[in-house]
Amino acid sequence: MTTAAYQIDAPAKTTTLTHQYVAFGIMTAFFVVAPIFIYPVFLMQALCFALFACAFNLLIGYVGLLSFGHAMFLGTAGYISAHAAKVWGFPPELAILTGTAASALLGVLAGALAIRRQGIYFAMITLALAQMIYFFALQAPFTGGEDGIQAVPRGIMFGFLDLSNQMTLYWVVLAIFLFGFLLIYRIVHSPFGQVLKAIRENEQRATSLGYKTDHYKLIAFVLSAALSGLAGATKAIVFQLASLTDVHWTMSGEVVLMTLLGGLGTIFGPVAGAFIIIAMQNYLAQFGQWVTIIQGLIFVVCVLAFRRGVIGELGRYLKKPL
Amino acid sequence: MKLSRVLGLAAVTAFAAGTASAQISDNVVKIGVLNDQSGLYADLSGQGSVVAARMAAEDFGAEQKGIKVEVVFADHQNKPDVGSSVTRQWIDRDGVDVIVDTPNSAVALAVNEVVRGSRAAFLNSGAASSDLTGPKCSPNTVHWTYDNWALANGTARAIVQAGGKNWYFLTADYAFGHDLEKQVSIVVENSGGKVLGAVRHPLNTADFSSFLLQAQSSGAQIIGLANAGGDTINSIKQAAEFGIVRGGQKLAGLLIFLTDIHALSLDVAQGLQFTEAFYWDLNDSTRAWSERFAQRHGGKKPTMVHAGVYGAVLHYLKAVEALKSDDGAKVVAKMKEIPTEDPVFGKGQVRADGRHVHPMYLFEAKAPSESKGPWDYYKLIRTIPAEEAFRPLDQGNCPLVKKG
Repeated sequence: MTTAAYQIDAPAKTTTLTHQYVAFGIMTAFFVVAPIFIYPVFLMQALCFALFACAFNLLIGYVGLLSFGHAMFLGTAGYISAHAAKVWGFPPELAILTGTAASALLGVLAGALAIRRQGIYFAMITLALAQMIYFFALQAPFTGGEDGIQAVPRGIMFGFLDLSNQMTLYWVVLAIFLFGFLLIYRIVHSPFGQVLKAIRENEQRATSLGYKTDHYKLIAFVLSAALSGLAGATKAIVFQLASLTDVHWTMSGEVVLMTLLGGLGTIFGPVAGAFIIIAMQNYLAQFGQWVTIIQGLIFVVCVLAFRRGVIGELGRYLKKPL
Repeated sequence: MKLSRVLGLAAVTAFAAGTASAQISDNVVKIGVLNDQSGLYADLSGQGSVVAARMAAEDFGAEQKGIKVEVVFADHQNKPDVGSSVTRQWIDRDGVDVIVDTPNSAVALAVNEVVRGSRAAFLNSGAASSDLTGPKCSPNTVHWTYDNWALANGTARAIVQAGGKNWYFLTADYAFGHDLEKQVSIVVENSGGKVLGAVRHPLNTADFSSFLLQAQSSGAQIIGLANAGGDTINSIKQAAEFGIVRGGQKLAGLLIFLTDIHALSLDVAQGLQFTEAFYWDLNDSTRAWSERFAQRHGGKKPTMVHAGVYGAVLHYLKAVEALKSDDGAKVVAKMKEIPTEDPVFGKGQVRADGRHVHPMYLFEAKAPSESKGPWDYYKLIRTIPAEEAFRPLDQGNCPLVKKG
């Protein structure tokens, strides 16, 4: 990843962040009004992927670690929460938590191995681990092989929120997304987040300043894994299914695309990127395979022409980090 | 895709949904063809299924009978979540009354769950899973053309009876492959054959040489291909390179479509035996229908999936006409009540579990010298009568059957 993409973020550390609150307000207002105009299930799908991309961005945008296996967290949480809700009869909130916890645990194991290496080796280790999870999901008896886990009950959250009602479900998904988004915002702007950025800029210097960079990287990795898991678990409840698509390596690639397109290392970028990609997949679906080609073209254009991504370029135009 | 309909239509649809039970919702029977438009199943379903659905509407004489029929389509990209979200949008917003085709068992099972309990119906032609009319059967679903049980049973039993006693399996190493191998093995052993062994290969294998050599040296008369899609194509191609068929062994394919044979060419595919529900050259009526289909589909002959879409939609429209309603579960109930008849499958019926039963056929791919021209690929080995072709009603564990 080029350092050019990060420069935008550097002056942010002391300047006032009012405009980010304004941007957050605009985004939230959009999500509150959106279901009137846009089909809610599509919005929920986009929100799940937006959270996934934000979690991924936490790792690549703020620690500089390119994981190429994030689908394993999305998919594992999806399978575990689907299984918990369907077979163990968990209520949705517990099912989602179980899925998230499973992904966090997987994050600890995968992270402990992967953070020992950097750059392409880190990416390859995460990819290799994700492929193992893919084959596990394909073979394990409880995942239903290529059929996936179907007919997952949406259930009743906290005993009174009936999720079979589409709008109730939408508000729950929006709440989960905003929780994850704000958590990431908090992490990035905390002293802990400053250390992460220091590691991103120059790991040796951070080490020489006395930070145990491995610990910080592992914690960031686990947080990213858990939040990806939260997205995957929520998605399984929304779509009432967990399938191989979510653990396949193309999903790991898609999240890279979403983050790059929206703006690497920006707070709002991954949300915009996820919406653009999901909208393309939905509304261009009749073009079939062309969607992939269009995605590829957009990726090339993005890397060549505006490598800060949509939101990154917008932020540069406004001279304010978003 | 017409997913981005304006809000007004959504509101109209929502009102219509509330009163749909008594009449045809928004005065249009809207058929949504949901299948693979671009990937590995695009040839065997794809646009051909859209053509077949339109032909069914025309042959039914919808316009003359005052029923407006509209056909829309979408690509599920072989992703269950895409399939289920398209289905939801179609039902919730776009007023689609019936989802048809949907190859890929994973997507079909997902759609089956979305349609269950809704006001729409699901007519599956392209998917193989026997669960659609088994444990996961639904009052809104009809499974028209074929399923794993029928394919395994038809192919295995007929081959054993024709003298192919010793079997060896080339199995894709995941749930689908294991299942298929198990089902076929049971049939082989029950019909007096013997399974000599099996070799498992990983999903999406490019190089089958070591597996094929094991199969070759097993000395089995029949090599059963318990795999699908690209794996089947690759194993057949490479088996030809190893001269397995010329060496006297026969390949038994379990999921083979006319378009696969077309893509493979008879040089490679000759001698392959498999079961299908339909072939264009069966009789005068299938020939006439297929000719009309080919004229509208770039000269390509229909696969059994296309034929199934035609048959299912035609029967669905008859039920809608009889009922004067397009409420999913009610139409499906009516479809089970009236016997089926169409130029493609002839006479048949839809059982309580949603299974359409009709004869199945065991074919063998011709040698290139026997073929008279393009699309002349199959010779009929055996007709499997409808009673034998499908899983008996009481063995499917379908909850609808127990209740009935």
